[in-house]
Amino acid sequence: MTASALELQAVHKSFGATAIIRGVDMSVGRGERHALIGPNGAGKSTLFHLITGRFPLSSGAVRLNGEDVTGLAPFEIYRRKLARSFQITNIFPRMSVYENLRCAVLWSLGHGYSFLRLIDRMPDVNERAQAVLERIGLAARRDVPAGLLAYAEQRALEIGLAIAGEPEIILLDEPTAGMSHSETEHAVELIRRVSEGRTLLIVEHDMAVVFGLADRISVLVYGEIIASDAPEKIRANRAVQEAYLGTVPA
Amino acid sequence: MSEVALKTRAARTRAPVWLRAAVPWALAVLIILALPQLMTTSFGRTLLIEMGIAIVFAVAYNMLLGETGMLSFGHAIYFGLGGYAAVHVLRFIAAGLLLPVALLPLVGGLGGLVFGLLFGYLSTRRAGTAFAMITLGLMELVVALALIFDHLFGGEEGISGNRTSGPELFGITFGSQLHVYYLVAVWMLVSLALMRAFTRTPVGRLCNAVRDNPERVQFLGYDPSRIRLIAFAGSSFFAGVAGGLFAVNYELMAINSLGAERSALVLLMAYIGGIGSFLGPILGAVLVTFLQVALSDYTQAWLLYLGLFFVLVTLFAPNGLIGLVLMHGPIARAGLLHRLAAAYALALVPALLLAAGLIALVEINYRLAIRPELGPAMKLFGVAFDAKSATAWIVSFLLVGAGLLGLRAVAPRVAARWGETLEVARA
Ligand SMILES: Nc1ncnc2c1ncn2[C@@H]1O[C@H](COP(=O)(O)OP(=O)(O)O)[C@@H](O)[C@H]1O
Ligand SMILES: [Mg+2]
Repeated sequence: MTASALELQAVHKSFGATAIIRGVDMSVGRGERHALIGPNGAGKSTLFHLITGRFPLSSGAVRLNGEDVTGLAPFEIYRRKLARSFQITNIFPRMSVYENLRCAVLWSLGHGYSFLRLIDRMPDVNERAQAVLERIGLAARRDVPAGLLAYAEQRALEIGLAIAGEPEIILLDEPTAGMSHSETEHAVELIRRVSEGRTLLIVEHDMAVVFGLADRISVLVYGEIIASDAPEKIRANRAVQEAYLGTVPA
Repeated sequence: MSEVALKTRAARTRAPVWLRAAVPWALAVLIILALPQLMTTSFGRTLLIEMGIAIVFAVAYNMLLGETGMLSFGHAIYFGLGGYAAVHVLRFIAAGLLLPVALLPLVGGLGGLVFGLLFGYLSTRRAGTAFAMITLGLMELVVALALIFDHLFGGEEGISGNRTSGPELFGITFGSQLHVYYLVAVWMLVSLALMRAFTRTPVGRLCNAVRDNPERVQFLGYDPSRIRLIAFAGSSFFAGVAGGLFAVNYELMAINSLGAERSALVLLMAYIGGIGSFLGPILGAVLVTFLQVALSDYTQAWLLYLGLFFVLVTLFAPNGLIGLVLMHGPIARAGLLHRLAAAYALALVPALLLAAGLIALVEINYRLAIRPELGPAMKLFGVAFDAKSATAWIVSFLLVGAGLLGLRAVAPRVAARWGETLEVARA
């Protein structure tokens, strides 16, 4: 069997004396759409931060395509083709939507730290940024400073920044949080399309979205994975129902 | 607006892009050619040269502050060290080195770049307050070292050279001040064009991203401290170019050119002009240099005025003076500026009262505290009075009070008028 796209091994994380992630083993196969669910405060966002290098692990290991990336800086992990979005919108507020996206496509197109060419004269950058702009439905808002966008538009841009570099592995942390019903439908459609042929790990509270999108689901409760299985098995899992799903009409 | 109307409007504004980009530069060239014809005195031309040098330095500084969000308290190091590199090479030229004097600003730039890379490597790993504190420490360090290495820096007297000692090139010897003026003008235009272009490169845009949200940049594949280092090195290069121009103009570099005062001054220039736009620091450099050169002839208290000006701008125009100009852009384009005239004229009265009161207080205090040997009899705005008399003080305070109260009374009306006009302009 080939290596998983993403693999966590005995991952622990404590803030001071408080253990937040308490031994997580998890694996996401290549090309899989994997949902991570669990009650508020379970540690889902923390786990994302550990995978993407935002926080150092207390112990354990993270592997991307079999390579140990534990302890690497976020930009080094990004360069291994893993990109993410944030639960709390994390964009460049004073730059226009278009400039946000241009910054997000640069690395993946191989431009590095280039300062000898004008960005307007880089067709690949502009084509890709324009394509993402249209994909996330913000074409009409191209030149608006990102900080002035409506909330749902900022969420769309947040997703846009994560997918702009065409990563192999996409991590989305509650991408539809706070969106209206129709906005959520749009976003899910977008996520389904952009994750085609890629690996997706998504934290999502809307069970309709989770069960409609995911190939596999992991359930995180109090820093531990209590189940990781196909959606129908998760739905039938008693421990999950008690800990989590029981509160939601499934 | 209908879609068709939107499209034609877009087409109309988009068609002459190259033209719209060229117009400001052509205008700048015209102004540069015209100014020395209008200002023919040595004093006037010195002022122009100083302004040109300050513009290069202030825009270079804003590569850090406005573009990348890095507050440096010691940026005169790169100005000064660049200048010292230039003046030393000027001495080599006098000793026979074959290098046109016109290239000395490049020497200054390279000097700034070398030290910018060295000190930038030490300071740009950190951002925010930590970065600012490191720049302050480095400046103290460099000044202290410069005082120790006397033979390189010449102490308080400095190191001097002779700009006419170089090989003559196309009849330009820099014996005349006008030659220096054109040298400064050319280097200024080239530097501005390059710095402007830098903001439009991938790294230039990433500088803005680092300013807005350094953490997120990491999740797009870039190391923010590397981007800060590039911005720092570029900024130090152009600060060094300004230092090199300074060296050619004064044929002298002394320790005060790399210390705290010049570092603070460039910060004030950028901030007063406005760090949010390319034009802001240019405007700030022109105004502050004018205050410095012109005012220091009339009053010794020019630093006090500069401080006062800085506080007022920070309080009332957080986007700098250019911000005040730009907020009239849509109104001017709609041809509605005249609608504001009455409101502004109304505000002008208390503003003048306030200014007169503040000036009187500054001058009276300055006379009594710093220059008591001149005696209490003084003249201001054509009025002769006794600086020690109660009347002088009471009148000054009354002016300030009336000005403040008046401004408070008219401010809401002026703001409302501006808002209304903007609405009309947008409609
Ligand atoms: N930087 C931090 N320092 C201390 N505690 C933290 C920090 N970040 C998260 N936590 C705590 O970790 C727990 C899990 O948070 P989080 O990962 O955001 O949960 P989830 O995303 O599953 O809702 C919470 O109790 C939160 O208070
Ligand atoms: Mg969370």
